[in-house]
Amino acid sequence: MRARAHVGPGRREARAWSGERGAAGMGEFKVHRVRFFNYVPSGIRCVAYNNQSNRLAVSRTDGTVEIYNLSANYFQEKFFPGHESRATEALCWTEGQRLFSAGLNGEIVEYDLQALNVKYAMDAFGGPIWSMTASPSGSQLLVGCEDGSVKLFQITPDKIQFERNFDRQKSRILSLSWHPSGTHIAAGSIDYISVFDVKSGSAIHKMIVDRQYMGVSKRKCIVWGVAFLSDGTVISVDSAGKVQFWDSATGTLVKSHPIANADVLSIAVADQEDSFVVGTAEGTVFHFQLVSVTSNSSEKQWVRTKPFQHHTHDVRTVAHSPTALISGGTDTHLVIRPLMEKVEVKNYDAALRKITFPHRCLISCSKKRQLLLFQFAHHLELWRLGSTVATGKNGDILPLSKNADHLLHLKTKGPENIICSCISSCGSWIAYSTASRFFLYRLNYEHDNISLKRVSKMPAFLRSALQILFSEDSKKLFVASNQGSLHVIQLLEGSFKHLHAFQPQSGTVEAMCLLAVSPDGNWLAASGTSAGVHVYNVKQLKLHCTVPAYNFPVTALAIAPNTNNLVIAHSDQQVFEYSIPDKQYTEWSRAVQKQGFHHLWLQRDTPITHIGFHSKRPMHILLHDAYMFCIIDKSLPLPNDKTLLYNPLPPTSESDVVRRRTAHAFKISKIYKPLLFMELLDEGTLVAVERPLDDIIAQLPPPIKKKKFGT
Amino acid sequence: MAALEDEFTLSSGVLSAGPDGLLGVEQSNKTDQFLVTDRGRTVVLYKVSDQKPLGSWSVKQGQLITCSAVCNFQTGEYVVVHDNKVLRIWNNEDVNLDKVFKATLSAEVHKIHSVRGTEPVLLFKEGAVRGLEALLAEPQQEIEAVLSDGEVIRWTKLFMVFRHPVLIFITEKHGNYFVYVHMVNSHTLSKYTLLRGQEEKSVIQSFTASVDRKFISVMSLSSDGCVYETLIPVYPTDPEENQRVVSSLLLRAVVSGSAPSGVALTVLDRDHVAVLGSPLSASKECLSVWNIKFQTLQTSKELPQGTSGQLWYYGENLLMLHGQSLTVIPYKCEVSSLAGALGKLKHSHDPGIQVMPPFVNWEASQGDGLGSQHAEQPRRILRRRKIEVSSQPAVPPSKQLLTTIMKDSEKHIEMELRKFLAVKTPDFHAIVGDLVTGLLGRCQVEPSFCPRNCLVQLIQTHVLSYSLCPGLMEMAVKKTDVQLLQLCLQRFPDIPESVTCACLKIFLSIGDDSLHQAEIDMESVFDYGDSVQGDNVAAPVDVLQNGFSPEGDTCLSCCQEVPAKPQDAAAATPTCPVTPQRAALLNAILHSGYSEAFLLPHLKDIPAQHITILDWICLLLDANFTVVVMIPEAKRLLISLYKFVKSQISVYSELNKIEVSFRELQKLNQEKNNRGLYSIEVLELF
Repeated sequence: MRARAHVGPGRREARAWSGERGAAGMGEFKVHRVRFFNYVPSGIRCVAYNNQSNRLAVSRTDGTVEIYNLSANYFQEKFFPGHESRATEALCWTEGQRLFSAGLNGEIVEYDLQALNVKYAMDAFGGPIWSMTASPSGSQLLVGCEDGSVKLFQITPDKIQFERNFDRQKSRILSLSWHPSGTHIAAGSIDYISVFDVKSGSAIHKMIVDRQYMGVSKRKCIVWGVAFLSDGTVISVDSAGKVQFWDSATGTLVKSHPIANADVLSIAVADQEDSFVVGTAEGTVFHFQLVSVTSNSSEKQWVRTKPFQHHTHDVRTVAHSPTALISGGTDTHLVIRPLMEKVEVKNYDAALRKITFPHRCLISCSKKRQLLLFQFAHHLELWRLGSTVATGKNGDILPLSKNADHLLHLKTKGPENIICSCISSCGSWIAYSTASRFFLYRLNYEHDNISLKRVSKMPAFLRSALQILFSEDSKKLFVASNQGSLHVIQLLEGSFKHLHAFQPQSGTVEAMCLLAVSPDGNWLAASGTSAGVHVYNVKQLKLHCTVPAYNFPVTALAIAPNTNNLVIAHSDQQVFEYSIPDKQYTEWSRAVQKQGFHHLWLQRDTPITHIGFHSKRPMHILLHDAYMFCIIDKSLPLPNDKTLLYNPLPPTSESDVVRRRTAHAFKISKIYKPLLFMELLDEGTLVAVERPLDDIIAQLPPPIKKKKFGT
Repeated sequence: MAALEDEFTLSSGVLSAGPDGLLGVEQSNKTDQFLVTDRGRTVVLYKVSDQKPLGSWSVKQGQLITCSAVCNFQTGEYVVVHDNKVLRIWNNEDVNLDKVFKATLSAEVHKIHSVRGTEPVLLFKEGAVRGLEALLAEPQQEIEAVLSDGEVIRWTKLFMVFRHPVLIFITEKHGNYFVYVHMVNSHTLSKYTLLRGQEEKSVIQSFTASVDRKFISVMSLSSDGCVYETLIPVYPTDPEENQRVVSSLLLRAVVSGSAPSGVALTVLDRDHVAVLGSPLSASKECLSVWNIKFQTLQTSKELPQGTSGQLWYYGENLLMLHGQSLTVIPYKCEVSSLAGALGKLKHSHDPGIQVMPPFVNWEASQGDGLGSQHAEQPRRILRRRKIEVSSQPAVPPSKQLLTTIMKDSEKHIEMELRKFLAVKTPDFHAIVGDLVTGLLGRCQVEPSFCPRNCLVQLIQTHVLSYSLCPGLMEMAVKKTDVQLLQLCLQRFPDIPESVTCACLKIFLSIGDDSLHQAEIDMESVFDYGDSVQGDNVAAPVDVLQNGFSPEGDTCLSCCQEVPAKPQDAAAATPTCPVTPQRAALLNAILHSGYSEAFLLPHLKDIPAQHITILDWICLLLDANFTVVVMIPEAKRLLISLYKFVKSQISVYSELNKIEVSFRELQKLNQEKNNRGLYSIEVLELF
């Protein structure tokens, strides 16, 4: 007995180091665990929900606007890069699913959801804009300005047109709400709420908001939000911590709910007007519902039903979809809280979603030089990974013989945020793009010195890129422009040559957001925001094939070495493998689809943002989302729903037979999280970029202190 | 809170109320109207809201009405019996009773009953029962004798039980009482012998009854002044057998047994009864409302001109003869809240109504629940108090005094004022108000003039209010005269919150030295002094913290029995952070009318421990916990609640400490796990 017990581990060790790794184990990796990516997402300023498309627009304090598809597993399918001067204060959808924002620069901006750029920006000439709302029909826009003016704009098919001003108020208009019939509007200002008649544009009521709270008189009472209900009730939320109900017909206060010791910042009402949600500066979201006074009476009243504390900081904005409460604020999380009573199927969709990180890759890596390029809003950082000569067993931290180096800090010029960036595999090229400029740099490494040279005279059509990719041999550059075309550029020492532009299919202007190139450089795959992946033959410069369309957007894309199999991950957590030479799905992919993915795999709530390979391991696919990474070994059997998908503990004294039987293709690790990037540097080396939430919180302003326990 | 509202009289010109009072007051088919029958020849229909008669009918000279008139709710007609056997039926249009329908019956009628939902039911003197319709069909039908010889009907009432009329009547024979329950529709009759305990010797003076699903609860007021209750099943188990029912004591000594005039008892609602009679043998008659559940006197109203010992209760009106006039006293019992009972309790200065502080003396009524000797004590005291109030001085012209105020020295004014207050004048209120205004006026003109003693005297007359002399408190605030402020807080019913707030600010900010010098009424913290020196530590602190303790001897010192255990005393030992003087002042605030939201921010200056308890009280206020506080059984609950809250607070504070510790531990843990910004690790994938 004793002898055998000694044999077990000994044999395992021997195998691990002999290189003859059995099918059961994936083997050991050295993992560069990187936590110096000092990324802090911007706070959320506005959310706007569109019922028709079930999409959510989110604007951040840096001006970035993101579009989430709530039907596609809450995937962030589009984004518009931020702009230093374009601080968004209001965001709204109008008829025909057009998206508008307005901000403190005084401009109203319309976004092109196809080309993913700003369609136009128009000055409202009222000073900073604090609020904006679309008419119930969606054909008019109303903005509230710093100078106390409320301006009405007519939405024309390709622009907006100023129509008239309403009666000017004393101070800035911080909130606006349109009566569902379109006849009246409520405007929240400082210390009062005005009710306007839309036809005449004159204020018919002025409702003064009490500055006092709990007997303490504040200097001002700011009406942060108003909501106009069909029955004429106006609900206001203000800086004194009150939620108040007003009768707009008489201009009188009907009911007051003091709910917080701090500001109540936001309000959103459900379309049915039977429920609304407010967010406070203490990070609490309160749900109010219209409930019957007694069980069988028709008399109903608004009752504060549920408090939710999913935020640590100000809840700047809330939205109310038919099935969920959506909130966002300074703590940068987008929280989607499904209303259990409205969710028909109690599946994983009924779970709370907290979205913190962008659903796209901000990091690229040079495998050959072991470099990482970090993309921030206004600069890039280039780091060289360290090294070690030591070895160890699972879990060991190895002593560093060389630490990681910060090689380069590249600041952008201008107010625009960086859209995308890339470093070539050899590390000699860096490219990035903002909304109006494209930059390409040539890097020279001489021992420890590094020199950077900008490649000038970029062609005019390379103004703005949504995605940039270098070929594996660093001889070609692929650029997806926002006009839908794909440019192929040949890189020479210090210069370039435009080889070709793949034009979008006739009639579409859909922008391509994801690119993948085969390691041999022959194939280029590109995916847009809606389904459909196009594969181009780079040698012959023509479209090779289009992968059959799938209902859910693509979240990551990569082409495997040798086989040229295209691996595609979708937001519903499905992964397909498509053989480019054969123009069809591979046997393995069919087998996976036949058996179906493990239910736990499908229930993950962050999308796969990166797929990687290593040429020496053709059977392995590396995928990761924010909370796990997985290496799929295609040679192993697929797990079924009865199999344990993720086993955090190493196998102990099981025999090889048992291990072989229980082993399956999905090797999952959840050690590194939140995981923003993972790549195979070589056969036995991984790099993992983590961004611990605590590090982000440490960079936020301190929250309003609240005692957790009573008293 | 049960309350009697202002009385009003119905003009009684047409009525001839003899010394025995009226024959009866019955409801008409309109809620506001009553049929009043006197002991002579007249029936009057009154409309209460108009305080005047709508109609009046008399029988011929020489005839005598023997049963009070009732309204037939099914036809709207009125029915009366005169000369024992003659039945008359008429309606509003009829003028002369002599010309209306008449039927002569074969036996003497004791009483006609009429309630909504059924035809009138006649009870004959011999105990037989007939419906009106059956009787009219054959007026001369034979009426059987049910009662034995010498058995006399003392009291009778008709109920509707599940839509069936049930007639109950009580008879007496040789000092024994029998209860008969007659189901009118099924003609089943059950007889019960009323067994009485020690009170057997006393005579029952008044009955009343209420019914719930299964039992008729008959209450009787005996000549010993106590109220007894007897439960009689509506549906007898065996109607044939003569069964016995026992009466039990319900309320002790509600009226003086030896009072000369009559007494009457009537049930108002589930918890309240009204008693008419003299509380003390010597005193004037009173109408009092007692809460059966809490064993407390809720309110009472003096009826100095005497009554006939008859009391009727219909709808929300209590009707009685007060002197020669028919008086209506509306009775209201609103669902009360603790806020109303505690925070906003106001001193009524209407001498007619003595509002009982709604506090139960738990010490007294604890243990032996129903009307023990202890329980009686405070009531007596209160009654005596009330008499003192009512016999307060009153006096002659006052112009002179006003001129004195404007000119003379403080000493002189004080003397004159004392003289003036010794006698009562008709419009005492207004004069006192004028005097204060006068004094204050002179104060403003003449800064050296400080008639403090006069003001104190005037405030103590109980007739002043804030609105009568708004300048008074302002001046006291200006001078930080805490004693005067305390007096005003205790006496004035209508202090605006801003002024209350200003008082509170002063009370919190004033130095302890100046407090020591001030003569502060320490009654509300009367046992505080003992505790500071003695072993009884916990009680006064608790009283103070609760802010419950009403002044005087009805103190709700719920925890006074707690310190018996030494560890409790030890636990509560942390002495009160405010001095007794300041505590008394704060209590004065807590007793005046205020809203919590307004005052609480200022109370923040008191240590957090106390604020928490105040918060808790507010929670209680919001939750309408009055009942819990009121019933004697709740004493234990409240003590344990209090203990619970206290332990909860300490749990919370410990939790907060633990949270901080955990956070520190987490930090340490993070430091341990913190592998820095960069590391190379070995990972084995299985």
